[in-house]
Amino acid sequence: MLELQNVWFSAPAENGGKSEILKNISLKISERFVAITGPNGSGKSTLAKIVAGIITPTSGRVLLDGEDITELSVTERAKRGISFAFQQPVRFKGLTVKDLISLAAGEKLSVAAACAYLSEVGLCAKEYVNREINASLSGGELKRIEIAEILARATKLSIFDEPEAGIDLWSFNNLIKVFEKMHEKTHGSILIISHQERILNIADRVIMVKDGEIAADGTKEDVLPKLFGTMVGCRFTEGN
Amino acid sequence: MATLDSIKKNLLEQVADIHEIPTGAYSIRVNGKLFGKNDSENIAIVAKTDKQGIDIYVKPGTKNESLHIPVLLAQSGLKELVYNDFHIGEDSDITIVAGCGIHNGGKETSEHSGIHAFYLGKNARVRYIEKHYGEGDGNGKNVMNPTTVADLAEGAYMEMETAQIKGVDSTNRKTKATLADKATLIVREKIMTHGVQRAETHFEVDLNGVDCGTHVISRSVARDNSTQLFVSHVNGNNVCSGHTECDAIIMDGASVSAVPEIMANHPDASLIHEAAIGKIAGEQLIKLMTLGLTEKEAEEQIIGGFLK
Repeated sequence: MLELQNVWFSAPAENGGKSEILKNISLKISERFVAITGPNGSGKSTLAKIVAGIITPTSGRVLLDGEDITELSVTERAKRGISFAFQQPVRFKGLTVKDLISLAAGEKLSVAAACAYLSEVGLCAKEYVNREINASLSGGELKRIEIAEILARATKLSIFDEPEAGIDLWSFNNLIKVFEKMHEKTHGSILIISHQERILNIADRVIMVKDGEIAADGTKEDVLPKLFGTMVGCRFTEGN
Repeated sequence: MATLDSIKKNLLEQVADIHEIPTGAYSIRVNGKLFGKNDSENIAIVAKTDKQGIDIYVKPGTKNESLHIPVLLAQSGLKELVYNDFHIGEDSDITIVAGCGIHNGGKETSEHSGIHAFYLGKNARVRYIEKHYGEGDGNGKNVMNPTTVADLAEGAYMEMETAQIKGVDSTNRKTKATLADKATLIVREKIMTHGVQRAETHFEVDLNGVDCGTHVISRSVARDNSTQLFVSHVNGNNVCSGHTECDAIIMDGASVSAVPEIMANHPDASLIHEAAIGKIAGEQLIKLMTLGLTEKEAEEQIIGGFLK
């Protein structure tokens, strides 16, 4: 179970002062699918990065299965079972798709094994397995490869920062199946930062963050009506 | 033939990826002398009589053969200048594995300078692989200064892969090529320097023929306080295409200079140059750390991939 206790995060503001990005966030997450949503700039991605250890909170604690991991590095958190899929996947010159999936799996995978993960995310594996993770791959292809890496890691907590961004219709329709398969394999929690109504609709729990605070938290039946009422004028579209 | 001791066997493995004397055509040079050579039915190796080095003659039409010509230096203070000329017959297709390994356990500088001249006949294809490697527990410097001159006839194709990853204190590589109609030259260079090592590479390619082309691609990593200089001149003298690229990762207190130059002397010459120098991106390190790698492991993976 993931727990955040009184997490604050502030960043330098343009006026020379401080901007409070997250304000006293406390959460316990143990459900299968949890979606965090809210307007742009509300602090969703910051929250996800704090859980992964990419950002250090100004104050507060992060616990995983009761262990205080606040001071642990990204690496140590990854080894304890936290996976993180970036909103904008990172490119590498020289490293291939197979290299990255092997690193994610923690072992040197055979071509067949790497291909199996790629097939899960709808990529014609043979065409991709030896390609470099570079600018020749589109944003959507990179997103799918990133999801394949998370599948290969099979950890107790998988965090996806806007997994739907930039992906095509196939990916979107199958993304949910991929999440379900991931859960079958790990019995862990999947934390998804998303604006996508179809993703919010599969969540067991929806947390709405607004202005750095939790504005709503509950089942989708409880939260989505409030959300639609609140987010008029904000980005909340199908498929981006 | 005499056998190689463990030091020389290790050098052989490092520069030519072989553990023993190869089969087929080869010429192995050890400590400034010809250690052994073997001709094949289609490849003749002839020792020069007027200076150090060999002439290699590949019969026209030779296909799928390889030639190994490694140079091993395990004697501190040895300096040599060797001339190797490669006469590649028309329509042949061969792989040449060269390379130089130095083990310097003394205080004096060991130096190998090789001048390789390639004459590729019409439609000949050559894959040329050259690795440079140095080691040794002494204070003596390891110096390698290779010069390659390539003359590609009509339709000839040459792929040149060079790698210098470890243990060479100073290198000054010079490559000069002339391409006739429909000839192609691909150069892939990989360099990593450590400590206070210095690596210079100079390329000059004259695209003289109609529809000839070249890609000169250099990837390098400069660590510690090492310095690197990459200079390339691609001259488009006809209807041709040329691309030269230098991509470098800089670390610690290192210094890298890249000077890719293109010159079009014909209105239908299509030439591109690129150069990028920068440190490892923080987001790349973080990404690999989210997969469970330490920062150091992530750095090694990124560098290993970059130079792969």
